[in-house]
Amino acid sequence: MEQLLQDSALVEKYLSGDENALEILINRHSQRVYSFIFSKVFDKDIAEDIFQDTFIKVIKTLKKGAYNEEGKFLPWVMRIAHNLIIDHFRKNTRMPKFEGSDDFNIFSVISDNSPNVEKQIIKDQVEDDVRKLIGELPKDQQEVLVMRMYKDMSFKEISEITGVSINTALGRMRYAIINLRKIVEKNNIVLTNQ
Amino acid sequence: MANLYTKKSAELKKIGPRPETVSFLLNYSRALRVVDYKEIKFETLLN
Repeated sequence: MEQLLQDSALVEKYLSGDENALEILINRHSQRVYSFIFSKVFDKDIAEDIFQDTFIKVIKTLKKGAYNEEGKFLPWVMRIAHNLIIDHFRKNTRMPKFEGSDDFNIFSVISDNSPNVEKQIIKDQVEDDVRKLIGELPKDQQEVLVMRMYKDMSFKEISEITGVSINTALGRMRYAIINLRKIVEKNNIVLTNQ
Repeated sequence: MANLYTKKSAELKKIGPRPETVSFLLNYSRALRVVDYKEIKFETLLN
């Protein structure tokens, strides 16, 4: 039955509301249309997209009643496919696309190193905890540590401002860090941002 | 007689669209309605 009906008859049936007629038409010509597209683009996914767009156009034109090439259904479909292939290549030459291959992936070179929201929250939390811990240190150690770590001052500058020798400032810094470690260990505080 | 050195593949691979694509098109066709209104054609997709 399928083979007996010509394309023009199927188109007529489809226009009168028989959706099965379209199924027969698509199944009858899908291989030829798809192979034609694939022979031009050499990419299965692109061929699939163009094939789909071709038949969407076919369906729209038929439903709008704008089809008037009776008896030449396949050449008409092929022409639509051909035009869409040209559109595809035009679009790609205007906007060349860089596609990564297995050997080289662009994202291995370009990456976003900024922390995500979760990491940013953890980082803020850790920094806040460290600030509180510093508050637990003796005043002289606290002073040296803040100047060195937060104000980025040299030990020479610190010694000048606090009025102690460089060695004393160095010693206070050392004890400040040792004491911070002790507090962290004693209280099982976890300061990590992995 | 000349010897044929080329092997015929057991099954010639037929290339065609995926069944999903065809099925999508058929569903699209069923859902598409074109409404005429004063020389304007409106396309509506009914799901």
